[in-house]
Amino acid sequence: MTTDTGVKSAAAVQSPVRGAAMSTGRAGDKIFVSAARGSGILVLAIMAAIAVFLIWRAIPALQKNEANFLTSEQWDPNGTPARFGIAQLAFGTVVSSLLALLMATPVAIGIALFISYYAPRSVAGPLGYLVDLLAAVPSIVYGLWGLLVLAPHMEGVSSFLNSALGWIPLFGGDNPGKNSIFTASVVLAIMILPIISSISREVFLQVPRAHVEAALALGATRWEMIRLAVLPYGRSGMIGASMLGLGRAMGETIAVAMVLTFVPGINWHILEDGGTTFAANIANSFAEATETGRGALIASGLVLFVITLIVNMAARAVVARRKEFV
Amino acid sequence: MKNGSRLAALGGVVVAGALALSACGSDDNTTATASNAPTGNIDCATGMVNAAGSSAQKNAMDEWVKQYTAKCSGTQLNYNPNGSGAGIKAFTDGQVAFAGSDSALKPEEVTAAKQRCQGSNAVNLPMVVGPIAVVYNLEGVDGLQLSPETVAGIFTGKIKKWNDQAIAKENSGAKLPDTDIKPVYRSDESGTTENFTKYLKATAPDVWTAEPAKKWPSIGAGQGAAKSDGVSGQVKSTAGTISYVEMSYADNLKLQTAKIKNGAGEYVELSADSASKALAGAKQVGTGNDVALELDYATKTAGAYPIVLVTYEIACEKGLPAEQAKFVKSFLSYTSSADGQKVLTSVGYAPVPQEVLSKVQASVKALS
Amino acid sequence: MTTLTKPTDDLPPAARGSLGSVSAARKLKDRLVQILVYIAFALAVVPLVSVLWTVLTNGLGRLDATFLQFSMNGVGGRDEGGGAYHAILGTLEQVAITSVIAVPIAVLTAVYLVEYGGNGRLARAVSFFVDVMTGIPSIVAGLFVLALWLLTFGFTYSGFAGSLALTILMIPTVVRATEEMLKLVPNDLREASYALGVPRWRTVCFVVLPTALTGIITGVMLAVARVMGETAPLLLTIFFTKAINANPFEGPQAALPTFIWEQAGDPNQASIDRAWTGALVLILLIMLFNLGARLVARFFRPVSR
Repeated sequence: MTTDTGVKSAAAVQSPVRGAAMSTGRAGDKIFVSAARGSGILVLAIMAAIAVFLIWRAIPALQKNEANFLTSEQWDPNGTPARFGIAQLAFGTVVSSLLALLMATPVAIGIALFISYYAPRSVAGPLGYLVDLLAAVPSIVYGLWGLLVLAPHMEGVSSFLNSALGWIPLFGGDNPGKNSIFTASVVLAIMILPIISSISREVFLQVPRAHVEAALALGATRWEMIRLAVLPYGRSGMIGASMLGLGRAMGETIAVAMVLTFVPGINWHILEDGGTTFAANIANSFAEATETGRGALIASGLVLFVITLIVNMAARAVVARRKEFV
Repeated sequence: MKNGSRLAALGGVVVAGALALSACGSDDNTTATASNAPTGNIDCATGMVNAAGSSAQKNAMDEWVKQYTAKCSGTQLNYNPNGSGAGIKAFTDGQVAFAGSDSALKPEEVTAAKQRCQGSNAVNLPMVVGPIAVVYNLEGVDGLQLSPETVAGIFTGKIKKWNDQAIAKENSGAKLPDTDIKPVYRSDESGTTENFTKYLKATAPDVWTAEPAKKWPSIGAGQGAAKSDGVSGQVKSTAGTISYVEMSYADNLKLQTAKIKNGAGEYVELSADSASKALAGAKQVGTGNDVALELDYATKTAGAYPIVLVTYEIACEKGLPAEQAKFVKSFLSYTSSADGQKVLTSVGYAPVPQEVLSKVQASVKALS
Repeated sequence: MTTLTKPTDDLPPAARGSLGSVSAARKLKDRLVQILVYIAFALAVVPLVSVLWTVLTNGLGRLDATFLQFSMNGVGGRDEGGGAYHAILGTLEQVAITSVIAVPIAVLTAVYLVEYGGNGRLARAVSFFVDVMTGIPSIVAGLFVLALWLLTFGFTYSGFAGSLALTILMIPTVVRATEEMLKLVPNDLREASYALGVPRWRTVCFVVLPTALTGIITGVMLAVARVMGETAPLLLTIFFTKAINANPFEGPQAALPTFIWEQAGDPNQASIDRAWTGALVLILLIMLFNLGARLVARFFRPVSR
């Protein structure tokens, strides 16, 4: 701030003792590395403990299950005999999250590009802030909004999509409604938009000025600059951001439970009412579940982990592959 | 250096803000409504107790806690309305002092409850009657009259149109449209569903063949919505729907409610009074101080509205720590007194009729 | 022209065109993308503004002094009045504790993964489990804390138990976001620092972390925003109360999300109004945090990039 602080710190750096400490810094290094590694191990321990706990709770329920856990569409773990399977849950979760991701990612990256490269400086800051703010809206609010504001409009949209694109099986069906998987995925898309775009924006801000300027200096148009300098640099970050978004979409509970009505059985016509997801099912069934019921819900949560894991691993593989070429 | 001083300044601001915040809060909401205030004395306890369970009795609990703490200053009761099953689980885990539940303890739950009560019994004490309304959304048709068979037919999907013969026969003169009936049910597991299906199974066993359960059975038709507010919201916003929901939700959204035919053959409108009468024929199935009830859904009592649920408080006869036991006894004595029961109609419930209530009072007296 | 239309990645086509003008096709493409970006923005703004508008119009009505100063103690569902002071206090304390525990652990873990772990077995195991846990359903975190902390260790319901559950949810998000940001710090910076004889840990602390700071803070704020809105794990751990409890280490505490959840499910307009106002307050709180965090980031940012 003032000159005297500047002088002081310069003097401190110049002092031989500090200089020597800085040049080797073994003790500091050692402490820091062990702190970092310790945190890593701690995280590992916590997460492993949770995994073990979940498996331990899930096994008794799975042993009592009389239906095929992976292929049955029924969910009745509290009955005698207990019969439950995750087919419908997995279907609803995967379809709604993937649709949400498909809808949200391009738009979110568009927003991030808009804020970092298109909008005037004076507008960009507040806009970025606005988008961040939307990540702050609690999911129950998205649920209420989806139910009260969005769903009534979705009836028309669904009918339109049904009549225009009905020849695609996914958009087929006779009764397009407002409480469909499609509506749920629109809500999810809106929820994860701010997450993906906030992180993408940060990534874009990290693109070295030199790359951008080099591209522009060579006469690239703005789009060419983005394509050549920004997007390749930010690819890993954007994929990471999408994965965080997907993680939230798959784990989202209340908003989905509020918007989506439940109809038993897998329905490939995503414009028709009804469906459910892992998280929504857990929220809806947990309070009244018996011991077996809780175990069954935990087992379904484990499957959610596996799906999340596969998706994340795929994403990491994509990122790693790309790295070799850049 | 520079960063350090800024950090200190920031910390100062945060601390100041926290201090300001913690200074201005108040627990003192003096809003107690005079008409609900107890006229008699309460044998006050002290301290704080946690309870959890049925959301169906949440508003009753709110009102009771309000009146109780107004009278007994310095006491606190935290009731977590997270569902009957979760409440019983928290109770048997020893996390709460008593549980609220829409159904009495099941045989498999009794052992765990006994363990929690250090070997003595856990008793079911019916405390609130919750009327369940059959609500629908059909413009121009108010006061729809339905018999149990018709209700069961609708909710199993056998009756598909609003102008079906079965409905038309019971509602001569009503302009029934030729549109689809869209039944809505609770997608979460709930005591409301259990009691509604109990009613259907008891009164229309030929049509409703599924066993009563907290989960909507597979023979049931329609689509599920989450929680009472989800169900009532769905009915409010979608034409042609029909569902079942606690009376207070129907009242709040001003939903159309159906008149239901009781065992005496009359179509009865839902009210606190008519619901209370439905308990008249109830049979006590619990032994000793346990007042678990079995309702007579086909009740022939004149003017009784047959679809009700009874919500219980589940408490240890003995075995709680002395402080807690005293609190629970004192609080339940209030709720089962005339003073406690008189607040119920104002918050959307019906009181427990006197013949059942006196048994409950005796049981509460025996708690220690 | 044939050679020119096959650009390679490191050589923009412009480099080989005639110097004076940009071809019409390229200009058109540039315009097209610009329009698409604007459309994307407009497309996103509509629902987002609609969400905010819904919360504002429904929530402003009850945003008064009573709401901020009083608890719900002794207020029934049908009664007007009452406030969320107990819930605001609880949420602030719980989230503060959560952040104090989770952020250092998560950032250090990310540092370990990016700067030290390399491709070692531990690093791979850690990132494996972090990946798994990004998709953890929130109620499961609550269940874990309930089973371990409350039932096995025998602690009672408290704000701190809630913080533990939220910590589990917060760590993976922060690790993942921080990791991405650290990866983006150019290696030139690290190498320049090493070349000046700066030890590794000082390089990480004073070169790498400050460079990635704004990104890390964005990640942390996203995580804070997420855990601040969580209901399910809190119901199992902090329990539920309508009265003020300023001590996060003992006794049931309230939180804004559980407040909203309870009020929104109530069949009375007075309660539903309180729920909306609660949501509005929650958003405002997170907004304030966000603003504060950005200011902090600005203070600590390296002078210019």
